[in-house]
Amino acid sequence: MVFKDIVFFIAAIGALTGAIGVVMLRNPFFSVLALVGHLFSLAVLFLLLSSQFLAAAQLVVYAGAVMVLYVFVVAYIGGADEPLGPQIPGVGTLGPLVAAALCGELFFAFIGTGLEAVDSRGAKIGSGFGSPGQIGSLLLNNFLIPFEAASFILLVAAVGAVVLARRRRGLDEDEGGAPVDVITHERLPETHPQRGGVTSEVGS
Amino acid sequence: MNLVWYLCLSAAIFSVGAAGVLIRRNPLVILLCLELMLNAGNLALITFARMHGNGDGQIFALVVMVVAACEVVVGLGVIVAMYRNRIAEDVDEMSELRG
Repeated sequence: MVFKDIVFFIAAIGALTGAIGVVMLRNPFFSVLALVGHLFSLAVLFLLLSSQFLAAAQLVVYAGAVMVLYVFVVAYIGGADEPLGPQIPGVGTLGPLVAAALCGELFFAFIGTGLEAVDSRGAKIGSGFGSPGQIGSLLLNNFLIPFEAASFILLVAAVGAVVLARRRRGLDEDEGGAPVDVITHERLPETHPQRGGVTSEVGS
Repeated sequence: MNLVWYLCLSAAIFSVGAAGVLIRRNPLVILLCLELMLNAGNLALITFARMHGNGDGQIFALVVMVVAACEVVVGLGVIVAMYRNRIAEDVDEMSELRG
């Protein structure tokens, strides 16, 4: 049990450090790396809570696939350093204050809760708790509709991402003018003379 | 380790993520902070699943992971589209929907 406590503290410190690193680091690339460390620590915590399948899914789906997506986008748009101080005055002090108030409120709620089981190490569980078999039987017996909804939402998100990220001209092009810079409302010079769309890129 | 420690850790991570959403200006980093908040929720769900010795909370956490993956895909698609249309990556300057 002492071993578990030590592992908990190491993983908790790792998770908190990663979270603070995501917020404080100025370069988006380093923020993504801090989030990867945070996700690894969270997977260790999931293992301590004896949910092996979710720990594996966390590592494969989050720390693997989703973070690779982030790294690609940061590399694509070029992660420029961002000044930390906010432009709108007051946000710099008010934001952390609101977050600290939220944290204090949640601590108060958790420590003063009437749930007595929170102060224990949890209910007695069998050896199959959190195993892929248990998750699978729960998904297919009790939660079939959420399972199907999840698959459908993944399909919708994939189609939506293709529609969003497809190379195309702006809306103003249909009116016969050059694309408009949305911030300055000035006409931009024509940078893509060919028609937009996927097929025209193949030929060009 | 008593389960209340896990809950307090999840509260702390959630607050750090909320602070990030409030003070950062790069939409990419704001998406990262949203991930932090979703993960804190996942940790709380799994803690309560362990407390009850019941697998339902783990299914909730799995569904949250699916929704988070979808949110990342759509959010990154929006950011790439913004980059293509030369919109500045600063949420303070995005006020086009105000009319």
